[in-house]
Amino acid sequence: MPLDYLAAAALFGSLVIYAVTGGADFGGGVWDLLASGPRAKAQRGLIARAIAPIWEANHVWLILAVVILFSAFPPAFAAICTALHVPLGLLLLGIVLRGSAFAFRSYGPGPDFERRIDRVFAVSSLVSPVMLGVVVGAIASGNVSASLDSRPLRAYFDVWLAPFPLALGAFTLCLFAFLAAVYLTVEAEDAALRDDFRTRGLAAGLACAALSWLSLWLASREGAHVVAGLTSGLRAYFFHASTAGAAVGALAALHARRWRLARALAAAQVALVVGGWALAQAPYLVPPELTITSAAAPRSVLLAMLGALGAGLALVVPAFVYLFRVFKRR
Amino acid sequence: MSDLTAARTQMAVSLGFHIVFAVAGMAMPLLMVIAESLWLRTRRPAYLELAKRWAKGTSILFAVGAVSGTVLSFELGLLWPKFMAHAGAVIGMPFSLEGFAFFLEAIFLGIYLYGWEKVPPRAHWLAGSAVLASGTLSGLFVVTANAWMNAPAGFTLVDGKFTDIRPIAAMLNEASGPQCVHMIIASFLSVGAIVAAIHAAILLKKPKDEFHRAAYGIALAVTIPMALLQPLVGDWAARSVARRQPLKLAAMEGQWETERGAPLRLFGLPDAETETTPWALEIPKALSFLATHDFNAEVVGLKSAPRADRPPVAIVHVAFQIMIFCGTALALTALLGLALWWKDRGPPLRRPYLKLVAFCGPLGLVALEAGWTVTEVGRQPWIIYRIMRTSEALTSMPGLAVPLAVTVMVYLLLGFTAAYLLWRLVFETAGRSRTHAP
Repeated sequence: MPLDYLAAAALFGSLVIYAVTGGADFGGGVWDLLASGPRAKAQRGLIARAIAPIWEANHVWLILAVVILFSAFPPAFAAICTALHVPLGLLLLGIVLRGSAFAFRSYGPGPDFERRIDRVFAVSSLVSPVMLGVVVGAIASGNVSASLDSRPLRAYFDVWLAPFPLALGAFTLCLFAFLAAVYLTVEAEDAALRDDFRTRGLAAGLACAALSWLSLWLASREGAHVVAGLTSGLRAYFFHASTAGAAVGALAALHARRWRLARALAAAQVALVVGGWALAQAPYLVPPELTITSAAAPRSVLLAMLGALGAGLALVVPAFVYLFRVFKRR
Repeated sequence: MSDLTAARTQMAVSLGFHIVFAVAGMAMPLLMVIAESLWLRTRRPAYLELAKRWAKGTSILFAVGAVSGTVLSFELGLLWPKFMAHAGAVIGMPFSLEGFAFFLEAIFLGIYLYGWEKVPPRAHWLAGSAVLASGTLSGLFVVTANAWMNAPAGFTLVDGKFTDIRPIAAMLNEASGPQCVHMIIASFLSVGAIVAAIHAAILLKKPKDEFHRAAYGIALAVTIPMALLQPLVGDWAARSVARRQPLKLAAMEGQWETERGAPLRLFGLPDAETETTPWALEIPKALSFLATHDFNAEVVGLKSAPRADRPPVAIVHVAFQIMIFCGTALALTALLGLALWWKDRGPPLRRPYLKLVAFCGPLGLVALEAGWTVTEVGRQPWIIYRIMRTSEALTSMPGLAVPLAVTVMVYLLLGFTAAYLLWRLVFETAGRSRTHAP
């Protein structure tokens, strides 16, 4: 595989891991907001315990993806940051408020403070996934120009305030919520609590299915760039089939209370969604102008970065395995 | 406000905010690990309690540091996309390495904070040491990227494009050595000083408290050597600046004329209009000596460059003076502390010294902020020294006052909340003992 494609694989690989791990941490915020019924307090407690030891480490996958993007594909990073300044700013706002609120919540002076900070945590957990989806949707639409020149203020909104990116934002939120609910069924120690998250997972899963169809329909209606890659070729059908298979399988397993199987299938589904996006866009990184090859940094840079990546992963992967073994034995 | 000013202010606010939390993430683990080592060796419960309490404070500080650091990595592109389009490939290497160091830091901090009962004691201590090592490394890597902006290296410039990029050479640029060492010491110094000050203040009220005595002793033991080392490293850093960025040095010193045997100025407020530095106390030939270790060496003045190429002199000079005064005060306090420590055969608990330490608490952080102001404002008008102007790097996005206002508001809110919660953690729950991590 050529170096530029290896770097792109690393980029999307870390995005996949971010979605599968960090995505669920955001999804947990959704269920914190929607905690209800006689076990609302227990639900919140479970979510907090599940997220606490791992969310910061999970969050680093996003930073890694950004770093790979700007060192291996600098023009793509510059183009995305210019055109999508507004949704990226909102994404950051969500990340900052979510992370700080989560860290602050256990140290407050009383229930009032805690309630307020919980609300900040939950609401900001909604903002970030939506904006992440919106950014992906705007890129996939093929409306992000490679030019860094100035354009009217409107253009900084039109590129993402459109039905397809917004639908993809809603889809991402649902997907992360689904993932979180499925993970939480495994982590809950109490059967009733487990069933709470089973119901929530089933609802979120069905909403995901509906939103994915809506997104696809909007994409083709708007003539999004990504559509060609999504609807033609063997590759596309293979991905659709496997993603749909994982999704249906995850829902069925969840319904049948096969918790661990559901968790594996839900994670696979999310990975396939992100991977499918990457493949549908290939060879473009930021369509319609920047391809993986045209945006790639010189060979010496890619080589050094991939070397650092290899060495870094050799240290980080065992550490990660240890972290999850300590805290996620179930 | 122009978009350029808004963007520069936003960057300054973001960096100035992040740096406080970043140094805490680097230096608090050292205090935790020392406390835990002492616990493992002596089995005095105060040390265990201390390690846990410091870890709690660290968890708040680290979280804010992590998210504000994420903001910065995006802001590089959101505010300076044309800088990143050119430089991203060259400085990507330290950022990639930093990413992994940060990974390890986050992973082992998770284990440290939440693993007291889940992993064996030695593994727990090792996790703390891993946090310390990776935190320090991640700080080092990021500083090399900043150093590159001061001393660009590792590429060939052909028609305004970076070619023949050598990422490792870029990382090991001329400014990296002094900047990294200066910054690492500054981290331990500023955090150590503030922790020592907090516990000194409590000891003034509760002189017999064993917990706070232990805390004060550890923090002071970290601070004293750092405060004594820093002036020496600062001298190294200043000579490096004099060699590489003579105009930055001239701005730091309010030096307008190019002359031999240049004087060192204490105080003074440089005036860019009249091109003079009034109200200064001049020490003859001292600047030439400090810049080159030769009393009669030539020091380049600001007038040697056209006005458009000069940094904002007053800010740089005043910030530099602040840093020097804080650093000197800390070093003298440390020297006194060393003498008293030797005399008292232990951490000096005399009331006047406790008061002095409490007073010196914020000086390290003030010096840190002032020092970064010198580095960053002193490099202006360049974003990449003598290669790209800051104005050329700016995003084309209009209305940058809006994100600036949001950034300022959010960081004010976060800063106050974090400070309040830490205050509570330290003072209001000081008497109560808690045995388990959050």
